Parts: sequence; structure tokens; C-alpha cells
Amino acid sequence: MSVPASFYLTLSAVLFTIGAIGLLVRRNVLVMFMCVELMLNAANLAFVTFARELNDVAGQAAVFFVLVVAAAEVVVGLGIIVAIFRRRVGATADDIHVLKG
Amino acid sequence: MHGALAGGLLATATVPDALTFAVAAIISVVGALGVVLSRNPVHSALMLIMTLFGVAVLFVEEDAQFLAAVQVIVYAGAIVVLFLFVIMLLGVDRNESIAAEPMPAQRWLAVALGVLGLAEVILLARGKWPTGAHTVAGPLHGTGQANVAVLGRSVFTSYLLPFEITSALLVIAVIGAVVLARRPRGSGEDVDPSIGPRVDSGEIVAGGGGSAGRGGAGAGAGSAGAGSAGAVSPEQSIQAERAAGELVTAGEPFGAVLKEAEGVSIVQRRES
Repeated sequence: MSVPASFYLTLSAVLFTIGAIGLLVRRNVLVMFMCVELMLNAANLAFVTFARELNDVAGQAAVFFVLVVAAAEVVVGLGIIVAIFRRRVGATADDIHVLKG
Repeated sequence: MHGALAGGLLATATVPDALTFAVAAIISVVGALGVVLSRNPVHSALMLIMTLFGVAVLFVEEDAQFLAAVQVIVYAGAIVVLFLFVIMLLGVDRNESIAAEPMPAQRWLAVALGVLGLAEVILLARGKWPTGAHTVAGPLHGTGQANVAVLGRSVFTSYLLPFEITSALLVIAVIGAVVLARRPRGSGEDVDPSIGPRVDSGEIVAGGGGSAGRGGAGAGAGSAGAGSAGAVSPEQSIQAERAAGELVTAGEPFGAVLKEAEGVSIVQRRES
């Protein structure tokens, strides 16, 4: 028998919590972005777990689309970060509180 | 508690499965903690790779072989490399003091909020899940086909419209990245072609791999123009970079900043 789903879901919750706390605590924009990736991965793990548990392909298809959206999100997000850093060197998330054009 | 956890794991799963799960879970959690706690963004990115590999192992363990491969190729191979590129390009690969926190209450609030959410989710994971009717996507096991075949059939039939929309999303993302990363024309930000790449070895050592971004590049160009390779001490270079950074944050146009940065570094060299 394989490992029960509750273990996977608990691990997924732990990973998601670590990512959420990191997103709230860290001030480096790039590290915050990595924490978002961490949370996405935790959600993917839960999707795959439910796909196995309920014997349904939809969970794995959802992970497939999450991966694509995450890739697009990283491209645009890093583009924004590069644009911000070009204006002011060494910016943290607290320095970008005024978002006027 | 650890004994009970291991006992519960071994009571329901075979030893290889339980061992694989335990090792991959520990790798994932250690990597996730490393992402949050590393002072250097490069270390954070490497720790993220560790977590992604751990999750990929768990995907294999859960019969999602295709997603495990995609996880390694796309995430660890493309996304994290993109992160590392941006870290190196922007020169933010310096250590950041985690202890310095302008809002101390925020940190504890964040941890308390996170632990509260974690407790709730774990409580939910232990009980029965609300599960409705099955989707139209079909079963995962028992079809006699490989994982890739089942997933591919589902994506190209039941989920064809989302798949097509995904292609539009990727095109939009590429166009958006180009628009964001492009320098506005005629803003004085264009790189002077006569400056050329940084060849000053002393400056590279002192600058810590292009830290302070364009300001550092400006200082490097200044020293190359003066023809005094390696004559700048690290302290002076860092001071010049700091001055350049302050000028940038003061919101001046970039052409002026570059000239100022060169001026500062040259003045400091003359003083010595």
C-alpha cells in the first residue's frame, strides 16, 4: 500500500505555510517571488494527491495548467522586477509603496 | 510524536514507499525553510531547486510521472535559471540582514497567521473531504495506458479550450516581458556603445559581480576610461557605488547618474 493521502496533504499545507510566511516576512522582491513559487508547488502537490485519491485525471490536468501559468507569471513578474530595479538600485518591497506612473 | 508519525506511516504503507515519502518530504521542507531563511538570494534560488526536486519525487511516488519530468525540466531547468539570471543581472546577490525589520510586529503577526492557517488545513486533511461527482476527464488508473497517454488524451479533448487559451496567455506573457524589459527610446538611458563591456578585472573583484547594477557599470567604465586597471581599492569602489545608488534613488535621470558616478569614482581616485 502506498502512503495515505493525509500525509501528502499535510506536507502540502506545511509547504504552503512556509511560502506564505516567507512572502509576508521577507522584503527582497525576488525572494518573495520565490515564495510564491513555493506556494504554487504546494497547491500542485495537493492537486496530484487528490487526482490519485479520487482516480481522476482532472487533478493532473490542473497541475499542467498551473505550470504553464506559473511560467508566464515568472516571465512577466521578473520583467517588472527588472524595470523597477532599473529605476532604483537595491529596492525592497517597502520602497515600492508608491506606484504612480 | 515522531515515533507515532513514523509508526502511522509504516502501518499504512510499505517500507520503500514510506521511506521515499519521508526522505522527499524532509528534502522539500528543508529546501522551503532555506528559501525563506537564506540571507543571499542565490542561496534561496538553490534551495528552491531542492524543494522542487523533492516535490518531483513525490509526484513520481503518486503516479504522476509526466508532471514530475515537467517539474524538473520547466521549474528547475527554466524558471529557477531565469531567477538566477535576474539575480546576477541586477547584482542583488549580496547578503541581506534578516534581523533588520522596520515593522517588528509584522513578523510575529505573519508567523501567527501562518501557523493558524496550517493548523486549520491539517485539521481538515485529517477528516473526510467533501468530494462531489467525478469530472468528465475520466479515470486516472485502470485504463491500461501510461500516465502520459491518459493526461495527453484529457488535455487534448476535455481541456482543449483551456489549452488553446494557454497558448494565447503565453504569447501575451512574451509580449509583456518584451515591453517591460525594453528601454524607453530617447530617455537618455541608452548605453553608450563607446563604453563597451567591463574589462577592468579589479573593478569586477571589488564590485562583487556587478552589484549596484548600472551604477556599478558606470564606475567600471570610469575606471576603464582613466586607464588605471586595478588601481581602485574595494572600499573606494563600494563608496562610489553607494553614491551612485543614492543618486539613483533620488530620482535623477540616468544619464546624469552615470556621469555623476564616474565623476565620484574619478575624484576619489585622485584624492588617493
